[in-house]
This record gives sequence, structure tokens and C-alpha cells, in this order.
Amino acid sequence: MSREDYEAIIGLEVHAELSTKTKIFCSCETNFGGKPNTHVCPVCMAMPGALPVLNKKVVEYAVKAGLATNCEIAPYSKNDRKNYFYPDLPKSYQISQFDKPLCVGGKIEIETEHGTKQIGITRIHIEEDAGKLNHDDYGRNSLVDLNRAGVPLIEIVSEPDLRSSKEADTYLKKLKSILQYIEVSDCKMEEGSFRADVNVSVHKKGEAFGTRTEMKNMSSFRSITRAIDYGIQRQIDVVENGGKIEQDTLRWDEVEGRTYVMRSKEDAQDYRYFPEPDLGTIEVSDEWKEEIRKSLPEMPEQRKTRYIEEFKLPEYDSNIIVSSKYLSDFFEVATKVCNNPKSVSNWIMTDIIRVQNEEAVEKMPFSPEQLGQLIVLIDKGTISSSIAKKVFEELLKQPRNPEEIIKEKGWIQISDEGEIKEIVKKILEDNPGSITDYKAGKDRALGFLVGQAMKATKGKANPQLLNKLFLEELKK
Amino acid sequence: MNLYELTVHELIEKLDNKEITPEEITRSYIDRINEKEKDIKAFVTITEKDAIEKSKNIDRKISKFAGIPIGIKDNICTKGVRTTCSSKMLENFISPYDATVMDKINAQNMITLGKLNMDEFAMGASTEYSYFGATKNPWNLNKVPGGSSGGSAAAVAADMVPWALSSDTGGSVRQPAALCGVVGLKPTYGLVSRYGLVAFASSLDQIGPITKDVEDCANLLNIIAGYDNKDSTSAKLPQKDYTKNLKNGVKGLKIGVPKEFFGEGINEEVKEKIKNTIELYKELGAEVEECSLDIADEALAVYYIIACAEASSNLGRFDGIRYGYRAKNFENLDELFINSRSEGFGAEVKRRIILGTYVLSSGYYDAYYKKAQKVRTFIKQEFEKLFKKYDVLITPTSPTVAYDIGTRSTNPLEMYLADLCTVSVNIVGLPGISIPCGVDKNGLPIGMQIIGKSFGEETILKVAYLAEQKLEFRNKYKPEYK
Repeated sequence: MSREDYEAIIGLEVHAELSTKTKIFCSCETNFGGKPNTHVCPVCMAMPGALPVLNKKVVEYAVKAGLATNCEIAPYSKNDRKNYFYPDLPKSYQISQFDKPLCVGGKIEIETEHGTKQIGITRIHIEEDAGKLNHDDYGRNSLVDLNRAGVPLIEIVSEPDLRSSKEADTYLKKLKSILQYIEVSDCKMEEGSFRADVNVSVHKKGEAFGTRTEMKNMSSFRSITRAIDYGIQRQIDVVENGGKIEQDTLRWDEVEGRTYVMRSKEDAQDYRYFPEPDLGTIEVSDEWKEEIRKSLPEMPEQRKTRYIEEFKLPEYDSNIIVSSKYLSDFFEVATKVCNNPKSVSNWIMTDIIRVQNEEAVEKMPFSPEQLGQLIVLIDKGTISSSIAKKVFEELLKQPRNPEEIIKEKGWIQISDEGEIKEIVKKILEDNPGSITDYKAGKDRALGFLVGQAMKATKGKANPQLLNKLFLEELKK
Repeated sequence: MNLYELTVHELIEKLDNKEITPEEITRSYIDRINEKEKDIKAFVTITEKDAIEKSKNIDRKISKFAGIPIGIKDNICTKGVRTTCSSKMLENFISPYDATVMDKINAQNMITLGKLNMDEFAMGASTEYSYFGATKNPWNLNKVPGGSSGGSAAAVAADMVPWALSSDTGGSVRQPAALCGVVGLKPTYGLVSRYGLVAFASSLDQIGPITKDVEDCANLLNIIAGYDNKDSTSAKLPQKDYTKNLKNGVKGLKIGVPKEFFGEGINEEVKEKIKNTIELYKELGAEVEECSLDIADEALAVYYIIACAEASSNLGRFDGIRYGYRAKNFENLDELFINSRSEGFGAEVKRRIILGTYVLSSGYYDAYYKKAQKVRTFIKQEFEKLFKKYDVLITPTSPTVAYDIGTRSTNPLEMYLADLCTVSVNIVGLPGISIPCGVDKNGLPIGMQIIGKSFGEETILKVAYLAEQKLEFRNKYKPEYK
């Protein structure tokens, strides 16, 4: 049997760090970085006698995420303790949510090659992050940094609705974009604030689902795709060779491009969940829920519709722009400055996309205001579009006001008719052959002459004016 | 009369009259501690130098309790002074912060005399399970002082501290108070902040006073009670003055006497003394009625399941990583955890961690922990029924008087029976006070427990105060050993 005879079932567990200012159970800062063990207190270091107090913002952010993914919000939920020993877990239990999560039964839509598909969200719950172990170079010691301990997380568990790595990738990017839009997480994979564990199983089409394995330790969208493709193929190979899939937890090795068994089912830890006695019931009243719902910003779908209807942007371009909150916000601000959405969109679709790497369409060196100002300069005729490209390159290298750049570089377009006429005359004098060519019906000669004039003015001459004046002279 | 023999309210009177100074009081106690400690062994740490130093600069204008000394059970975190929980695990542990109750004590400008002995991590009923050795009962040095706050109760009884702050998870304030002939109060769950109390069983623990008399008890409760935003289980209630209604009497008050607490397993002399006191209340105008509260067996089972389950998780943080004892020898991470905990914890603590781990493990959770929570709700309902009819319930505090050291410490089940009368109060979160109501034929004190409605501390203090005034226990009996 071949690959085509199998179907893969994929479910994802995403952990996203919430971007609250303070930790989930104490008032320590959540900022990434910082010297080890500087954002800590008796609570997040689990000193004897210290007690947690739930940060209300965490509940608000998680409810926001639940509403944005069409979940039901539980009016009453609770925290539970998940018990296990590890040096990065100071209390030896993680405060999480077990059987009564904050949000349940949501869904999000993704675009696939077969059209729009709904992916179910099983649950979203709140929990605390663990600290970090830094292993020293000599291999003997591990140092514990508890700055991250107690940073709030939401775990978003999908239904096993995904069928390919492509779908999983689309789902993850969509989820990331939603969380960024509602501003509850910055979703920086490279800083670990957006992580995904993958459950995969395969079965022959028409048969019952296979045994699933869980894969961990993927640190980029690319490695998630690779891990899923690898996982599916490995399972098919095992089944094809008459083997049996074990319900293992696997660790993805990015360098080797394969997985290793972390834990077998028999070694599965008993976390001894029980209700957290130090914290009360989490109550979300209807009023609070509606207040949070009202605070939800315009979502990507809504923005897309607006771009198409109001700005007359092509659907394809609108899709690309709204796929990232960063790009979309960039678009909005630049458009506000120059009032030329079409032009901003063109810049984004060509030059900006070009300089972005595929993982992180995130940080342009210059501001959207500066792009807007650049477009204003083009629209006013102050610079030509070819100069504009040069200004753009300059913005990438050393961002500053575009007007400053053109002044400094002497790139202001020559639009004075008299001045341009002089140039035209000079070029014609120097290129009598081209006049002959033109008159002989070779239209290309005009382009050559304009090009010469541009070269002579270092691109500063107004091209429309040049064209017009050359034609006038040639017709004489 | 020696200063150390006075109650706190008597000391305050003398301070206010400028008859004595804070330094004189502190020195009096320090001398007394130095004289008695070798026999009683009530302390883990004595902060003699700091106490005397501080007593020299007391501004009496700050509060009426400024300059009054106090002893602190060694599971309440004190910044700069070690907090050991009487465990090898925390033998050298110094907390980087003060418990909320210590902030309150310090705000009054009171003087801490030291940290008091206890059963390791408050697990025990005799203070024999202390890593630093057993505390002796001042009424008879061969007897246990009760536990887990045996150091606190013995120190108050032996006049080594005027009063003490302790913790009560299943009777740890009331039972030693009973065995040492002093007053001990477990407040309603949520009345006193638990922040900084090293957790044994989070849903049962409360900090409470151990004092020489009821008025002191009300005063110390005034100091420590109140909402704390650092403890999510603390109650948001207006501040009360618990001394205000002490002398209001019991006329018309309805007292329930659950007959099951006077049955098998309760010492006859204990029963008799308490019944006498109940008669007294009748004479003073209270309506007394026998009632039924048939939950004692269930309560003990529920208590040991829930307390051990929570403890098994709460004590997970003692893993040898950040603070506390770390084993010298280990080859890998698992050995670091296992050896540190095996060597750092005593037998009783390990027994309870194992029990708690077991009842929470998958496959057993429903049969034990979940069922215990259901029974807990049932017990609550039983109490609620009674409190629709009665204002207070009266029971013995301890089934027996103080027993010989070493006779029960090797039999955990028998030791657990010491909590028979007290645990249900913790399970339902109600307030309970123990006051001495006489001595047995061997001169050992007998404690009576008064249980109140939720946040009904004023009422039980009033009831306790009246018996105290009539019985005059403090005038009639003194620890034989002086």
C-alpha cells in the first residue's frame, strides 16, 4: 500500500505565554531576558509559606482568547495542582486547570486547498510556566533560573481535525495571528512564548483511527511541519512493515530530523491532579464576559472585508496583509499617513514581503509612518518611483524621515519645465542618431533618450515631463 | 509576684501605670526561659539578644501591646530568624520574608522571644516528632505536652512566654492547650492570613493564639485577624474587637452537647469535668440540650485523607534544590530528590506523604480523595443543622489527659485518635476554643472545647470567659513543676 492509502490524524496542543505585565500568581515582572533570578519573589520561588493569588488579567486574557476562538466561557472554573518533581518547577507542582477549564468547545476556520475548514478547539486553560535550566559547559552542573516560573500560559488544545502538516501549519499561523490581534500574546516562537506539541496517528482509509504519539521540542513552524511529515511517514512505515505503534511521547531532534522516545506509555507520570486549595473558584460573570467581548478588536476576517470593500484591494493581497497583525497594523498606519491604500498595499506586497524572512514577518527597521511619508512624496511628484526605491533601500539601512533622505541625497525630482527642456535639448544634441531612428519609426529611440536624460539627472527628472518634452522636440 | 506569672492584660496595666518597663518584662521572661528550658525544651531558637535589645527602645505610644513579648511556633516564617518546622529538612532555613501575622506582630512593636518547638511540619499530637527532641509537659515532665504546638502550649503554661502564635490543622492549638492547661483558639478558616505559615494542609490550616486566659486570647486575635490580599482564602470582613462582648454572659444562649463526643474512648474524668462545667452554664441561664453529631469516625478518616493529600503536595517543594537539606551523595537527579527527602524528613512526615500520594494516585483518587470531599460536605451539613438550633457546641478537647512520653509515638493509629474531638472543626472550617476546666486525680489539666458558628469567635470567647471566671482555674491550679 502507498502513502495515499493512509490518512493522518493530527491534533495540536499549543502553549502561548500571555503578555500580562505581571506573573500569574505574584506581582513579579514577566519581561523576557533579565539576569537570572531577578524577576522572582517568595511566591514564584516557592518559599515555604508563600501563597498564590490569581492575577485577574490572566483570566481576562484567556477569556479573550476563548471568545476570539468561539469557545464557551465557563461561568465557574477552578485551578488544579499537577504534581511532579523537576528542578525547574519550584513548588513541585504546576498550578493548572484539569477537569474544569476556563474555555471549551470553540472552533477556528482555516483556508485549505479544498476550501474553508473548521478546526475544533477542545479547550483553553490557564496555567503557570516553569523556570529554565541552564546547563553549564562542563556538563556537571545545571543552574536554575526562575524568571520564567509563574509566567502565565494558556494551553489551547485542538480537536484531532487536522489531516496534514500543511493544515497544521495553516492552523498554527491562524491561531498565532488571532492571539496577536487580540493582543494577549506576542507569540514569539524564538523566545518560547508560542510552543506546540503535536499528536499524530495514521490509519488506513476507511478503518479506525490508529494509536497516537505525541511529539515535543519543535521550535519553529518549519520544524513542526518537518516533524509531522516525519512522524506520519514513520508510522506508515511501521504499520506497513507489520509493526505496532506505541503510545509514546517523542522528542524531535531538529539536527537529525528524526524523533527519539522520551517516555513510553508505561512510564507515563501520574500527576495526581487535585483542586488547588490555596485558590478559590474562578468566576466569570456574564457582565464581565460581555465587557471582554466588547473589548475585542477588529479581527482579521473583518479587516479583510474592509480592505476589499473600502480600499478595493484584491482578495489575495488582503489575505496576505491580514495574515499578520504586524503587517496589517503597518498597513493601517501607513495608509492613514498617505491616504493611498493601494500604493501601501503594493509596497507591502512587493518590497516589504521581499525583505521579510518567512518565519517572522514581524519587524521592519522603519516605521509605517515613514512608508506613508514616502508614498506622499511620490504622490506629490516630489520624487519619482525609481528614486522612491532608492529611498526605500535607504530606509532599510538607516531609517529616518524620507524627506530628510531626499534632501540629504539631493534626490528631489526636477519638475521645472525650463530646466528639463535644457536637458532634453542637450541630450538630443548629443544623440543625433536617435532622432533619425525615431523619425524612421523606431519608437524605441524615445525610451533610449529618456533613459539618457534620467542617467544625466541621476534619476531626478520627472519622467512624465521628460516624455512630453522629448515628444514635442522630436515632432519639431 | 514575678512578672512572668502575669497575663498580658495585667502586664499592660502595669506598663500603663509606669510600674514596669518593657525591658523588665523581657528580662523576666528571658531569665525564666534560661531557668526552665533545659527541662521543658519548648524552644527551637531563642532570640534572647535581639529581644533584650529591642525591649530597650520601645515606644509605648505605637500600640497598647508595644513591648509585650511573644513566642512563635516554628512553622511561622520570621525574616532573619530560622524557621525550621522542627525538621532536619529546614534545620538552617532562614525565611527571606515575614509571615503576614509577623508583620502584624511587628507593627504592634511586640518582642519575639524565639521560635517554639512542634511536631515536624505540624504532623503529630505530642511534639515527640520534633527533629530537635520532645517538649515536656510542665505539669509533669514525664508527660507529653500534646501537639503539634506542644512547644507553644508548654511555654505558655510554664510562663516562658506570655502568649504564643501557633497553628491548628486538626487540633494542634486546642489539644496541646488542653493538655497544658492553657487557652487555645482555632479561628474560623479565613479569619487569619495563612501567608507565611509553612503549609501542612492548606484547606485546614489556621493560625491561632495560645494564651494564659481568654481575655489575652481575644486581644491576640484582635491583632492577627483580618483580610490579607496575599492569601486568597482569607475572608473580607470588617475588623472586630473581640474583647468587647467578653463579659456579656450566657443568659438565653443555646448550648448543644453532642452525645457522641462523650461516649467510648473518652476518659471518664474528662467527661465528668466537662459535664460539671456544662451544669454551671445551665445555672448561669444558658439553655443546654443534648444533641447528636454522629460523624466522629468519618471525620477522622476524612481528615487523614485530605490532610495527607494536601501535605504530600505542599511538601513537594522540599526537594533539595533551592533551600533546605540536600543529600551529600547522589549520582543523578532522581537520587538528589530521593536521598534529600529520605534523609531530610522524619518517619511520621514520610508516612503522611506516602499516604497522601497514595490517595491522590490515579485509580485511587475517586475511592479516597473524592469520596473524602463528599463526606466533608456531609459533615458540614450536619454541623449546619445543629447550628440552626444552637449557638455553640461543647465537647472535650482531647479524649484523654496528657500521657507518658514514648507510649504512643510508635503507634501512629493510637496517636491519630488524639485528634478525635478536634479534627471535625477543621474539616468544616469553624472556630473552636479550648479552655481548662479542671484537673484529673493526678493533677493533669482537662480541656473543654467550645465550637462556634462560622466567624462566631465573639460568642465562643464570651462562653469561654464566663467559665474561666467561675472556675478560677489559674488561681486554683499551677503546673506542679515550677
